[in-house]
Amino acid sequence: MSAPGTGGASGLDRVSGFARGLFDSRWPGPVLLLAALLGPFVNATPYALNLMTTTAISVMLAVGLNIVVGYCGLLDLGYAAFFAVGAYTSGVLATRFDWPLLATVPVVLVATVIAGIVIGGPTLRLRSDYLAIVTLGFGEIIRITANNLDVTGGPSGIHGIPGLFGGEDKVVFYYATVVIVALAVIGAARLGRSRIGRAWRFVREDEDAAAAMGVSPYRVKLAAYIAGAVWGGLAGVLFGAHLSAVSPGSFRFLDSALILMAVVLGGMGSNPGVVLGAIVLAVLPEALRDLVDWQYFVFGVLLILVMLVRPQGLWPARSRETPQDAARAVRPEVRA
Amino acid sequence: MNLEVADLRLSFGGLLAIDGLSFGVGENEIVSVIGPNGAGKTSAFNCVTGFYRPTAGRILLDGQDVSGRRPEQIAAMGVARTFQNLRLFGELSVLDNVRAGTHLWSRQRAIDALLHTPRFRRTENEVTDEAHRWLDFVGLRGDRAGPARALPYGEQRRVEIARALARRPSLLLLDEPAAGLNHSEKAEMTDLIRRIRELGISIALIEHDMGLVMEVSERVVVLNFGREIADGPPEQVRRDPQVIEAYLGRDAEDSEIAEIIGDGHG
Amino acid sequence: MSQLIWNGLFVGAFYSLVALGYSMVYGIIKLLNFAHGDLYMLGAFAGFAMLGAAGGVFGSMTLLPLLVVLVLTMAATGLAGVALERVAYRPLRGAPRLSLLITAVGASFALEYGMHLVAGADPRVYPVRLGGTTLDLLGARVTVQQLVLVLIAVALMIVLNVLVTRSREGRAMRAIALDPRAARLMGIDVDAVISRAFFLGSALAGAAGVMAGAYYGKIDFLMGFLIGLKAFTAAVIGGIGNIPGTMLGGLLLGLLESFGTYWLGGEWRDVFAFGVLILFLTVRPTGLLGERVTERV
Repeated sequence: MSAPGTGGASGLDRVSGFARGLFDSRWPGPVLLLAALLGPFVNATPYALNLMTTTAISVMLAVGLNIVVGYCGLLDLGYAAFFAVGAYTSGVLATRFDWPLLATVPVVLVATVIAGIVIGGPTLRLRSDYLAIVTLGFGEIIRITANNLDVTGGPSGIHGIPGLFGGEDKVVFYYATVVIVALAVIGAARLGRSRIGRAWRFVREDEDAAAAMGVSPYRVKLAAYIAGAVWGGLAGVLFGAHLSAVSPGSFRFLDSALILMAVVLGGMGSNPGVVLGAIVLAVLPEALRDLVDWQYFVFGVLLILVMLVRPQGLWPARSRETPQDAARAVRPEVRA
Repeated sequence: MNLEVADLRLSFGGLLAIDGLSFGVGENEIVSVIGPNGAGKTSAFNCVTGFYRPTAGRILLDGQDVSGRRPEQIAAMGVARTFQNLRLFGELSVLDNVRAGTHLWSRQRAIDALLHTPRFRRTENEVTDEAHRWLDFVGLRGDRAGPARALPYGEQRRVEIARALARRPSLLLLDEPAAGLNHSEKAEMTDLIRRIRELGISIALIEHDMGLVMEVSERVVVLNFGREIADGPPEQVRRDPQVIEAYLGRDAEDSEIAEIIGDGHG
Repeated sequence: MSQLIWNGLFVGAFYSLVALGYSMVYGIIKLLNFAHGDLYMLGAFAGFAMLGAAGGVFGSMTLLPLLVVLVLTMAATGLAGVALERVAYRPLRGAPRLSLLITAVGASFALEYGMHLVAGADPRVYPVRLGGTTLDLLGARVTVQQLVLVLIAVALMIVLNVLVTRSREGRAMRAIALDPRAARLMGIDVDAVISRAFFLGSALAGAAGVMAGAYYGKIDFLMGFLIGLKAFTAAVIGGIGNIPGTMLGGLLLGLLESFGTYWLGGEWRDVFAFGVLILFLTVRPTGLLGERVTERV
């Protein structure tokens, strides 16, 4: 993968001097959050609220998948499976056992962690390309299972899922979603800049070298996978509460691929990038409704083009150290 | 740390890469493993560090049998290594590369990172300081904030050693640390290896540069075709007829021998 | 019982045919060509278009035109595979594996939804269906068309196997699989060999597509997705990269599915297939006939 600004001829690189200043600054996050919070004051029609809520949920999904694909370099083609596990677990508990939705969250956490272990446990020892296919297979297994079981409502799914606090206003729900998603984005970013986040990147870059430094590739991958599962599962809860219904049709391979698209387009491993990618992919189809037939074809071509021309994505991950870290003043002597 | 390799055998399919190798590295000792290309030196290192599972034989670290353990388990015992063909994390910053060495001993949990607890800040600063310290120690001159692949080759070698040292190992395995270095860089590498030993670390070294080997090693182990053909102090090994034959063939002239095994750099 | 076996072998022959392309490409350049199943779809549509264009020319003689169309389709999908490799995969040779996989997913999308644009979302009815005289074979009901299709599949596989094991071309492929750089140094035109491997694999997938169209009667733009997954499963069961293994894997998967469906019910068929895939990857990732490889550092 070539690093930011080394692509040469591409038009995007010409602005990279300015872009790098923007990419590395701290303000895009807060500005974006402010924009999200002000959104309903600009336009609070049901259509706009619906679009904004959906966009926020896809941001959370993209950020979660980025942990797996971007940070750790594992291609997960069945990410929608975790989304489904979260949505169905909370949906079933809320509708059949009348649990308040928030009370289902701990169960969802447990369920997604278990799903992560069950899927990741045996497969993360495999070569990376096998993993891609197996996750794809698992995505389909979960969808087909939801489709076939009675408890999940079969093909028509579950209806009547209450809101987060039990039937709140759509605006309230939107704000709750924004807060949760913002926390999820910050959480993923913080994990990325920590000891475990570094370990993910070491494994992504070179498993052998990482292992030689005592990083267990398997455990580190499993951690990434489980983290991704948790993010996806919680997004699933929001999704169910938003639509008040879940059905197998929302968890197709197509849906997994779209989340992946957001991550790749925005910039694998770049938290601001994938947020941007998710927003673009959620809003663009709405803006170009006349071209709806072209949508997925264009996505496919775009995936290829991004990989060929700009593999680091629109908003590349930062690989430089902060000036503070690059030159820490105090350097105690080496132990003798 | 004390390393002992006893009767090590390794075969790939039908090919015997190592055939009954025994050698040891004592506490705070520098032992060089030399031999012609394909003699099984790197394979032996890969066995010791868990990258290959030996077909037979034992590998003891401070008396404990560790053969068949995985690389990360061996690393956890206090062993660090470098690779023959540089295995840096090319896209990551130089500092991050060295921070990799701190993974095993840095005590930071995911929850610290999520909540940015005081412990998080403390451990992060600690890790960054440690990385700087080892980069200073190996004498890195290049940019520490940028990606490792942007450094010149010789500098990358230093980064790899700094990464291994940040592990705070008791035993360090260096696989051809001087390969591809120019004359003055080699001299610096010789000095660096000595300084590492002064930290109290045992060192096993694979190296083709005989000047360097003769200068730093307490003992030299010579391999040929997967077998050990000599083991002893440099002075003794360089006069061993079997070694001379392995390197030069039977009919070598004395002058050639002197040139190759002799007093390279002093 | 023997009906189950026959059904399994029949479906398995299709799986084998598609799996071979997967396996060959993987064996040589270690690329999981995600779009491979979509070349099968492309074949089905190419055959559909040709048969439609030929119209009533052939009248009631269904087998001969089908064979002609089969050959033409193989050429067409073969070239499509070559083009795909040239445009999407070759520029990324040497790039991280993740980039290649993502490109392959993109290619799959582009093919599927490109076809969606061209042919629409509704299934198309194949203009040719083979007549269904039923025979009784060891207690199983077998139609003549099934028998013909299996024979074609077997013939194609035999030709491929001979090509890959006996010819210079095959040796070159195996050399590249072992060490592309060394192969290049030995004077092998690596790009050309990879192109030809893509051609062969894609042609087989295209043939399978036409045959599936003629047999099932309906085709749609997503038909390649599931069979791509199944073919991969078949390749893994047999030992990916190993040609006889892959054929065996396809047949085995067909049998497993046939019996699994019988015991568990049709709605669990795909779950069963993926379960088998995961089981194999966990327990014996090299497949039945694959070799264990020691990875070198």
